[in-house]
This record gives sequence, structure tokens and C-alpha cells, in this order.
Amino acid sequence: MAKKLLEMRSITKEFPGVKALKNVNITVEEGEIHAIVGENGAGKSTLMNVLSGVYPYGSYTGDIYFDGQLCRFHSIKDSERLGIVIIHQELALVPYLSIGENMFLGNERQRRRGIVNWDETFQEAEKHLRVVGLDENPRTLVKDISVGKQQLVEIAKALAKDVRLLILDEPTSSLNEADSRKVLDLLLSLKREKGITSILISHKLNEVAYCADRITILRDGSTVETLDKNKDEVTEERIIRGMVGREMTERYPHRPKTIRKEVALEVRDWTVYHEIYTERRVVNNVSFKLHKGEVAGIYGLMGSGRTELALSIFGRAYGSRISGTLIKDGQILELHSVPDAIAAGLIYVTEDRKDSGLILGSSIMHNITLPRMEFVSQRGRIDRDLERKTANEYRETLGIKAPSVEQYVGNLSGGNQQKVLLAKWIYSKPDILILDEPTRGVDVGAKYEIYQIINDLAEQGKAILFISSELPEILGMCDRIYVMDSGRIIAEFAQSEATQEGIMNCIMQQSKGEIGA
Amino acid sequence: MSSLWTTIRNNLKQYMILLALLVIILAFQVMTNGTLLKPMNVSNLIFQNAYVVILAVGMLMCILTGGNIDLSVGSVVALVGACAGTFIISWGWNSHLSILLCLLIGLAIGVWQGFWIAYARIPAFIVTLAGMLVFRGLTLIVLGGLTLAPFPADFLAYSTGYIPDLFPELQLFGLRNSTSFLIGVLLAAIFCVSQIRGWIWRKKKQYEVENIALLSLKMVVVSAAVIWLFYTLGAYRGVPKVLITVGIILIAYNYITQQTVIGRHLYALGGNEKAARLSGVKTRKLLFLAYVNMAFLASIAGIVFAARLNSASPQAGQSFEMDAIASCFIGGASAYGGIGTVGGTLIGAMIMGVLNNGMSIMGISSNVQQVVKGLVLLGAVAFDVLGKQRIQLDFLPFLRRREAHQHESIKTEA
Repeated sequence: MAKKLLEMRSITKEFPGVKALKNVNITVEEGEIHAIVGENGAGKSTLMNVLSGVYPYGSYTGDIYFDGQLCRFHSIKDSERLGIVIIHQELALVPYLSIGENMFLGNERQRRRGIVNWDETFQEAEKHLRVVGLDENPRTLVKDISVGKQQLVEIAKALAKDVRLLILDEPTSSLNEADSRKVLDLLLSLKREKGITSILISHKLNEVAYCADRITILRDGSTVETLDKNKDEVTEERIIRGMVGREMTERYPHRPKTIRKEVALEVRDWTVYHEIYTERRVVNNVSFKLHKGEVAGIYGLMGSGRTELALSIFGRAYGSRISGTLIKDGQILELHSVPDAIAAGLIYVTEDRKDSGLILGSSIMHNITLPRMEFVSQRGRIDRDLERKTANEYRETLGIKAPSVEQYVGNLSGGNQQKVLLAKWIYSKPDILILDEPTRGVDVGAKYEIYQIINDLAEQGKAILFISSELPEILGMCDRIYVMDSGRIIAEFAQSEATQEGIMNCIMQQSKGEIGA
Repeated sequence: MSSLWTTIRNNLKQYMILLALLVIILAFQVMTNGTLLKPMNVSNLIFQNAYVVILAVGMLMCILTGGNIDLSVGSVVALVGACAGTFIISWGWNSHLSILLCLLIGLAIGVWQGFWIAYARIPAFIVTLAGMLVFRGLTLIVLGGLTLAPFPADFLAYSTGYIPDLFPELQLFGLRNSTSFLIGVLLAAIFCVSQIRGWIWRKKKQYEVENIALLSLKMVVVSAAVIWLFYTLGAYRGVPKVLITVGIILIAYNYITQQTVIGRHLYALGGNEKAARLSGVKTRKLLFLAYVNMAFLASIAGIVFAARLNSASPQAGQSFEMDAIASCFIGGASAYGGIGTVGGTLIGAMIMGVLNNGMSIMGISSNVQQVVKGLVLLGAVAFDVLGKQRIQLDFLPFLRRREAHQHESIKTEA
């Protein structure tokens, strides 16, 4: 048996209100490609952030052994010194610096202290570029090369740091099939020729099956199992079973059948182009229907176009060259701006409450009343007493735990913040609610309460579009499920016929050939 | 009661600034042997700082939108003064109509800058830096590099001089100007009556109401401060007319920011632009209006300042933008937007004003004064920022790290 290069023992990491990792154990042997798979939110990125020192020693519990030594990393610098290099999903290259400068950023080749040795920089850069098979001049600016090549530059940058353990977080998520293949083959050849150990985090199971020696499956912050290519029979179906195989009892409140006959919203031939790269189509000819009292799900991985679809329907808050028809209660709806959409009773609850949902430095009361100030004001003057009373009503009905509505939202827990976000939009008296990942970053208890709120809304006859990348949640909550991939709706399931394996397979089929496995 | 504590905690910053102002006033009162609060000097303080307060209120609106500042206000003050001088002194136009025209010019400047900032999406810093150069240059062109003086009396009547004494024979408490005292009592009475009426109305509607003792305390403190101010002014020549302009602006903008939908939207825009936009706030229009408003207030300040100097000078208003910006930040506005009040800004402007005036009385050179003012600005903001960090315990990982290093070195020795 090969030497253990890395061992992480009973790692536990908590965020306020959420246990992101529970007793995770993982062992990586020298000279292997070790894949870590799991659904969104299973804890993959958190685990890698613990390993690389982004979350410093002391903010988690458990031990990390690297090369037999107990390690306590306080920053990324500490882990890099030992040769652990992480390449994040969002590339960390500076677009207006050259390839060579990027490769030695923070690690500059110096002639004397503080003076850069440019000859050595570019010569060494050239050497590493050749290893990764990139035929570019190291003086080329990074912004002038394709995303696929940028990914290779990241790997070359890691090589320049004398890497021993290379961690790649979704390295192919923004690459086409040929470039993805190139990256994976490079990992295999680095393993073969230089003995470099890698950890590969990926959603694309065909890629994992293609190049990984061993696969660790994470679910809900715990390790489920580790599959070995040589011992176990590793197939995509086998991996999927490990990823989703969990009991579904009592995690979702009972949903009474509340669907009514009337169609609340119909979307026809909806096409949206990217806001900046206007030739890129992000939503492609999407059509769907939403009934009153119905909770319809859209399942799709990150980057499938689900958020773009939702935002573009919400008063064209995203996108360019939007075409298609919206029909609400049998009438064609022309929405030109967000205020139009809110006035028409169609609202969108963002997936990122801190970034685009709440004003953290403002009180609960002010956050709740913001979308429809006209309900608590007369001719532009706010009735602050009415506002407080209204906000208090929502605090009570939604069970927001805070001493008063004057409390700043930033001081609340994630679950309570999410409830404020929901309160804000329920207050705006909508008929149609688009909920984008309404339970992200929220602990199990608060999740249950949010599901209950959604069920109550459906019972009142509201139409709800429930977007999520958590399959069990979609299956537990939705009457009907649309599956979205690459900007298109590729399948529709009724609740009775939907299974996790069925939906996953559907997406895998779609992305088959992306790598030509 | 818990709501009261939250209110106190949310406004802690403002109470701290008010406390700082009181400490500074007290210190200079002692160091100047009581000259600072002499009636004549209090009157002077008002004349000296009126235009800074007006500019700072406008600047606050810009800062609230997201930490945007307006560097051009000093130049706008000069340009409006130059226009007023040319219209009235050189061309002999009617003063009242000229003032109106100057305010319109201010609005036009605001529309110009607002367009570039809000709709062309050019950073406010750059647009207003350009404006600072352009409007200063235009001032020199309009005036031909010369100073125009003096203005006729009907121009000066708006903002210089005092409210006339209506009852000269009445000498309450031996005051020179009893009218001033009576105005103070009247204002205090209006304040108390409005507070009590609001309280009763809330009680009737069964809304949450303030503690009676607290309400009384608030009324006593505010009334005492108002009556003291007007009593002091009465001991000299009365209420400066410019105090009316400043007072109206302060009350109006306090009302707008605290009580109206547009004010709430302003805070939302600065607090989280994306969230505000997705909540239906018209973010661009609001940004545009903030800059139109800034230039409008700058033109009022320009007229007030020209009247105070009694001349239109090409050098007028230099570095006024810095005083206005400093007032906002000392007054607790956030450099990222979304936080700040008119009241805080007034206090910030008063801190700057008292520092200026107090040090001048003490005969400290203007070079040293600048150093002190700069350090006060830095200190006020640093106090705020560091205070927040301490709450988040940002320094703890650092301590832990040192501790851990010690452990490790012990281990290797073993």
C-alpha cells in the first residue's frame, strides 16, 4: 500500500447555526488522483478550505496530518509552504498581467530582495507552460487567452510552487469538452510522470470515473464512503447512489394537494442573452406553466441558467435581448422594470440574501417594507407607527426570532435572515413567487419552518416556482419538477414519477459526450 | 422596553458624537477663558459655518447613495457667486430675480453632473473632479480674474444681518434683543406640543409609545438647549437671518431622510444597491436626484457666502468640499453609504466649526489648525471602524496564532 500523503481525521466545522462538516475523515495516498463528490452544500468546498488554511486552525476541530506531520495552518501561505496548492472554481488570475507575472505572483523570482528578475521569471514560466502543454508566450496578457488555457496557467502556477498536493475545485465547470479533456489528461500525466497527487472536486461524474483512483463521497457534511477503482466497481450509478441515498422521513412537512385549475403564469418561448457577452444565450427557448396553489420546482446545477431565467422574468432584472411572452391569469404581461413586476404581483426571492436580498445594516422593519412602501405611506410620507405594526405582524406570523423589529438584520442568524427575506416579499402581496434556493445556508430546523411557510402560501392560492439544486428538497416540496440544463428545460416530472436517480441520470445523459467518456 | 434598548444601541454612534462635541466645546470654553460661548462669538460661529452646514447636508445625500462624494461644490459656490456678482453688480439686474436665476444655474449644473454619474455610469469622483476644474475655470472666465464688490443692500438682506427687534422697549432679563428670546421660547413650545400631540395620537391608535419620563427628559433637554441658544443670541444683536435658511434646510432634509419614501430609498440604495434595485427602488433616478440636489444646495451656499464676503471673488469656496465631506464623516456617515443622519452631520459640522473658531481665538496658527482638523477627521473615523472590529473580535485569530506558535516551538524542542 502506498504511503499516506494526507490524512484528515474527524474534521468538524461549524458556521453560526449550521454544522457544515461533521466528523469527516479522508485519506489521500501519495501519487493518486482522489476525487471528492457530493451535492451542492455537502461540504466539499468547506473541507478544502479547512485543508488549505482559509479557515485557520482553531476555527474547526479535528487533525490534519500531511506527510505524517501534524499540521496547524493559519493561512493559505502555511499550507502552500508544504506544497498544498488549491485552485478555486473562480480563477484567481489578474487579467491585465502577463501569464508569467501571474504564475509567480506572490512568489516572485528575485534578483536582490525586492527586485524582480524578469529573465528568470519568463524562462521558468516557459518551462512550466511546456509541462502543462500550453504553447503561449509567457508575456501574453491573461485576458487575451481562452478560459481553458487560463485553467492550464493556474496549474502551471501551482507547479511553479513545487506542488505536492494539487487541489482542483470544479476545474472544468466553465470549460468545453475538448478543454476539459485536456485538463484531465494533464492531471493523469502529472501523476504518471511527476508523481503529483491531486484532489479533484467535481460535479461531472463521468470525469470522476474517467480519471480518479479513489472517490470519497460526502453527504450533508459527513463522509459516506470511499470507493476504490481497483477494488470496487465504480460506475456513475454507483456514485449517484452514494451521493443521494438518504432517508427522506420527516424532513418535509406534509403537503396537502392545493393545486387549482387556473394557470397563474405561463411563460412561452423565453430566450435571454448574457448581459455583457450579448452573443451568449443563457436561457434558450424556455416554456412552462405554473398553476395557482402549485409549487413547481426547477432543478438545475449552478450555471444551468435557472437564476438568469428567474431574474429575466422578474421585470427584466437580468439579461439582454430578452424575447418571449409572459401570460398572467390569461392576460399578456409586459414588464419593463422591477417596479412593474412587483406591482403586477410577480416577485423573485434571491438566492443570495446577503448580496442582493437584504440590507444588513438596516432594521428588520425597514427591510420588510421596502418593496411596497406605498402600503405604509401616504403621499410620500411614511407612517412609521403603521410600519412598525405591520412589520411586527410579519415577525410573529413567520416566527422571526428577534427582540424587536428595530433589530439590524445583520445581527440575525442565517435562518432568521432568510425569514426576513421571505417576510419582505410576502408583505408585497404577490400572486406568483419565484423562490431561488430559499433554504441555502440555513439549518435543518429553520428549513422545516420555511417549507411550512411555502406550503401555507400555496394553500392561499399563490403560485410558487421553487428553484433549488438540492434534489431531496425539490422532491419533497414540489408538485411538479422541471429539470434545467444549459439554459433549456430538458425534462418535466410529476411528483409521483420523479426519483433522484431519474433526475440525475437525465442531466448526466444531457451532458454526456461533453467529455466523450 | 427591548425595543428601546435596540434603538439606543442602533444610535449609539450619534450619542458618542454628541458627547464628543460637548467635550470639545467645554475644553475650548476653558482654554479660551470663556470667550467661545460669549454671545458675540456664538453669533460669529453661526455666520462662519452656515454655508458649511448647507453644503454638508447636500453632501450627506450623495454619501448616503453609496459613499459617493462631490468634489465640485467649492467651485460651484464660486461660480454661483460670480454669476450673482456679474448679474447684479456689473449688469445692474434686479437682485431677487438674479438670485432665482443663480439657483436655476445651480440646478442646471446638478443635471449635468447627475447625468454623467447616474446615467453614463462614470464614477462620481471623476465627474466631480472634472466639475471642480471646469466650474473654477468658468468662474475665472466670468469674473475675468477680478473681484466684484460691493453688493446692493437688497441682495445682502437675505442672509446677512439680524432679524429686527420687534419689541425694542421690552428688555426681558436685561437682554438687548428680547425678540430673539421670545422666538426661542416659541420654538421650544412648538417642539414640546408636537411631541405631546404625537404621543397622545399614538396612544389612541394603540401603537407602541415612549416612556413618559423619557419623553419629558427629551423635551426638557431640547427646550433648554434651544432657549439657551436664542437667549445668548439675544444678548448680542439677535437672531442671524442666515439661521432661518439653515434651519429650514436642516428641518426639511431631516424630514425627507427620516419620514419619506424617497429618504428610505436613499438609505436602501446605499445599504445594498443590488437589493434595493431588486426591491423596486429606482436606483439611477435616485443617484441623479442626489447630485441635482447637491448642486442646488451648493448654489444656495454660494449666494450666502457671496453675501457674507459682500463680493464675488474668483477664489471663493476653495476647499469647501473638504469641510463638507469631513463634517459628514465626523458626523457618523459611512464611507460606503447607507448610514448617516442630518443630525449627525450638523454635529460634525459644529465640531469642525468649534475647532476652527476655538483655535483661532487661542491664536493657534492656521497651519497647526489644519493638522488638528485632519487628525480629528482620521480619529473620528478610525474610532468608528476600530470599534466595529473589536465587536467582531477580529484580532483573536492573531492572538491564537501566536499562542499556537509557542506550542509548536515547545513541541519541537521536546
